[in-house]
Formats: sequence, structure tokens, C-alpha cells
Amino acid sequence: MSFLSEQLGNGQFVVTAEIAPPKGTDLSEALAAVEKLTGITAVNVTDNQGANMRLSSLALAARLQQQGTETVLQLTCRDRNRMALQSDLLGAASFGIENLLLLSGDHSKFGDHPDSRPVFDLDSVQLLDMAAGLMAGTDMAGKSLDGVPEFFPGAAVNPAAEPFELMFQKVAKKVDSGARFFQTQSVFDREILERFMLAMQPLQVPVIAGVLLIRSSRMARFLNDNIPGVQVPETLVQRLDSAEDSLAEGVEIAREAVAWAREHCQGVHLMTLGHEDRIPEILS
Amino acid sequence: MIISELKPYEELQQALADFDKLFIVGCAACATACKSGGEDEVFKFQEWLNEQGKDATGSVIIDEACHIARAARDLRHHKAAVQDADALVVLACGSGIQSISSNVDKQVVGGLNSMFLGNVRRFGQYEEMCSLCGDCILNETAGICPVTTCAKGLLNGPCGGMADGHCEVDAEIECAWSLIFERLKSQQRQGVFARRVPPKNWSRRFQPGRYRLKDGES
Ligand code: SF4
Ligand code: SF4
Repeated sequence: MSFLSEQLGNGQFVVTAEIAPPKGTDLSEALAAVEKLTGITAVNVTDNQGANMRLSSLALAARLQQQGTETVLQLTCRDRNRMALQSDLLGAASFGIENLLLLSGDHSKFGDHPDSRPVFDLDSVQLLDMAAGLMAGTDMAGKSLDGVPEFFPGAAVNPAAEPFELMFQKVAKKVDSGARFFQTQSVFDREILERFMLAMQPLQVPVIAGVLLIRSSRMARFLNDNIPGVQVPETLVQRLDSAEDSLAEGVEIAREAVAWAREHCQGVHLMTLGHEDRIPEILS
Repeated sequence: MIISELKPYEELQQALADFDKLFIVGCAACATACKSGGEDEVFKFQEWLNEQGKDATGSVIIDEACHIARAARDLRHHKAAVQDADALVVLACGSGIQSISSNVDKQVVGGLNSMFLGNVRRFGQYEEMCSLCGDCILNETAGICPVTTCAKGLLNGPCGGMADGHCEVDAEIECAWSLIFERLKSQQRQGVFARRVPPKNWSRRFQPGRYRLKDGES
């Protein structure tokens, strides 16, 4: 059983962080960044994040897992058909990776290979179903497996998405398909988080709130213009704009979000993008 | 109809570099409607060839260039002009181009790029709504195809990139799932939201597609 599933099961407040594999074969920076992560339950390893080609998330997660760091393997439907997804999941299990974050993935148009052919053979609901099937001992063709994986599958959600009801019907489908936890897109608004958590209550699935450290108003504007699903409210952009030390202000904003999460959610997922050293402050 | 557009002139110049005399083929169906291979365009193409110092030995607009037998018949009617040409230029979709290339020994140069099966919004404005997947889900999606009109072809609802009902890939376009949701709601039915849709059976779309009416149907 993974630490993450154990802690969520015990009602402990969990903290996850994330790390991106390098663009190339040099793992030293990624491994050094993981060294700096303290007080963290598990580390998400992103999968060609933002549709930018990087070293395989499975490879880095396997390495970390072997070094004793618990990982959450992110896996997207953008780059693989159902055969590749299944074989990667079995590969992950063979390295002892249990925690999964199963995603449809950003469209390849946004990344550094915009001419590539996006796959999307499965969607995230179907991917969750497939993982559940593997855990039950059969592949998508109904063939039985020689050695059955144990996973703790999670899914993503954007609590700010509108129409809310439409977004939420997919959350319900993901729960039906075996999502055991949710990690949210970055949360910037307390009311939006509260509305979402209220709707989640009957489903009884733990929610780990996404908290993004925004270091400047420039970064906030960039996110608003370029990153699907992320909208930093104007009031926060103003705060960052008028702050003397915008990174410190960003840390303060992240601390506030962590406080809301402590009130309503079962954990936080920190995205600090190179400022891993500020994590203790964000959590204090 | 099949939506097509003229290739860039630069590319055509290269493709035609080795030929002096050309026979031009257009299509009276889709390529005419797309203003890419009808009478006007064949005429304009001929003028352009002349500007390039090349000759047109003749031209024909085939009723539906994708009709293999009709293409063969129409080309026979222009046998001398076809014979006289170094190559044929075809202003039709890729399907039409191949009807021609399968009927002549000469080199065939396609003049158009074929893009998609398009619905007509109004004349000159075409939209892709069906990608011919062979396993139609429209009855559950209030007649809006997510396989084609969702940028990711998702089958169980919107992705996390949907923003205010618009698509992450193009903010000008409404998210297919938001449209499906609204229409199903106004029809007071659940449709595709009532079940988890299993992965698509893409084997119905294996290429090359082939289809024959069964005996007694024709
Ligand atoms: S589901 Fe969409 S792509 Fe498939 S046949 Fe129906 S309309 Fe066409
Ligand atoms: S925003 Fe909607 S239409 Fe666009 S890719 Fe996501 S689900 Fe598909």
C-alpha cells in the first residue's frame, strides 16, 4: 500500500509536490530538486507537461521510486494509444509505482511539437476504467495478466470550470471508474473551492487542492493567456504587481490557499516551479 | 462535401517544373463548390500556366471526379488532348486525383490539398462535423459529434481545459461538450451523460475502407 493511500485513508493531511523530467538525459537537477523536498508524502512526476517533450515520466518515477521516494506517476492520453498506456502502466507496477494521476492531457498544439499527431485513443474516464481492469487482472482485450498490478489511481479536476454541472458529471464518472483521489487544478478562490468541496461531499473521495506558487504578475498574466484551465483572478495579479517583493507575495498567496485547503480538503499539491526551498514557508 | 484548396503556387511550380504541356482536369462537384476546381478555377489555372510559359493541351470538368468509371469515360472523350500532354494536372480532391491517376499512364499532378468532410454553413464557409468513424454516437450526444468537434475527440465529457464553455484549443470555439450538455438539457434527456462510454471501436475505421452493397440492394 502506498504512503499516499495510507495517509489519505487515515485522514492525515497530505502534501504532494511535483517535478518535471529534464529535456535530455541529465537527471541531476531533477534529483537535486527532489532532495530539497521535505515533509512531502509523494512527488508527482509530470508527463510531457504542457505538451512539451521531456524524458519519460515513467523513467524518472522509476528512478525515484528505486531511491525510496514515493511518486505519483502522471500519465496522459495525448501521446499513447491504449496498448502503449497499458504496457506503460504494467511497466510502472513492475517498478513498484502505485500512485497514478490519469489525465487526458493538454492538446499538442500548446507544446513544442505542435505538428505532432495527438492520440487521445482513450479519455481519462476510459483510462481509469482500464487501470481498474488491470488491477482486476485483465487487460482491455479481456486477456488475463500474469502478475497483477496494485495501483492507487487518481484523477484531475478543475473546480473553477464552467458550466460547473457539466464539469462535475465527469468527476462523478471518474469516481465510478475507480478514481480514489482527486488533485485539483490550481485554486485561487476560496468560494470556488468551497462550492466544489460541497459537491464532492457525497462522493467521499479525498481531494488534494492544487496550489501554484506565482512569483510575479508577469507569470500570472502568462498563465492566464497560455495555460488551459488556469485563471489567476485580477485581484491577485494586482497584489503581485504592487508588492515590493513579488515572490514573497506569491508565497503569501500560496499560504492562504493552503489554509483554505486545510479547512476543506484532504491535502495540498504544491507546484513551486524551481522554488522548492520555499515549501516549508508555504506550509507553515 | 470534401473541402479542398489550391496548393501554394510555389509548390505547384516545383511539381510542374519538368512539364511544358498539360491537360487540366476539374471536378463539377465538391471542388466546384469549394471554388478550387470548377470552371473558373480551371480557366484561371490555364492562364497561370501560360504565364509560366507552359501550354494547356485541353481541359475537362468531370461530373464527380471521384467516380472512377465516369472519369475514365470523360478522359476517353479527350483522348487526343490527353495524349498530347506531358502530364495531367487535377484540380479535385485526393479521391478525384486518384480516379484520374488510376485511369491514365501519364504522370498526374494534384493541384489541391484535401482537408475534410465539410458541412456548408453558407456558401464558402465550411465546417468539419463528422470524421466518418464508422461507429456513430450522435444519438446519445443530441446530434453533436464529440469525436470530431471536440479537439481531443473525448467521449465522456469535457477536459480540464474547458473555460466558460469554450475550448482550450481555440477560445473562439465553444467546447463541444458544453454544446452537447446544453442541448441535451433543453431536450430534457441525459443522453451520453447517463453512462460511461467505453473506448471507441476504431476497427470500424481501419483503412483502406471498402464497402459493397449486398445483393438485391442495388
Ligand atoms: S460519431 Fe461523429 S465521426 Fe463518428 S460517424 Fe457519427 S458524426 Fe461521424
Ligand atoms: S475544451 Fe471541450 S472541445 Fe475543447 S478539447 Fe476540451 S473537451 Fe474537447
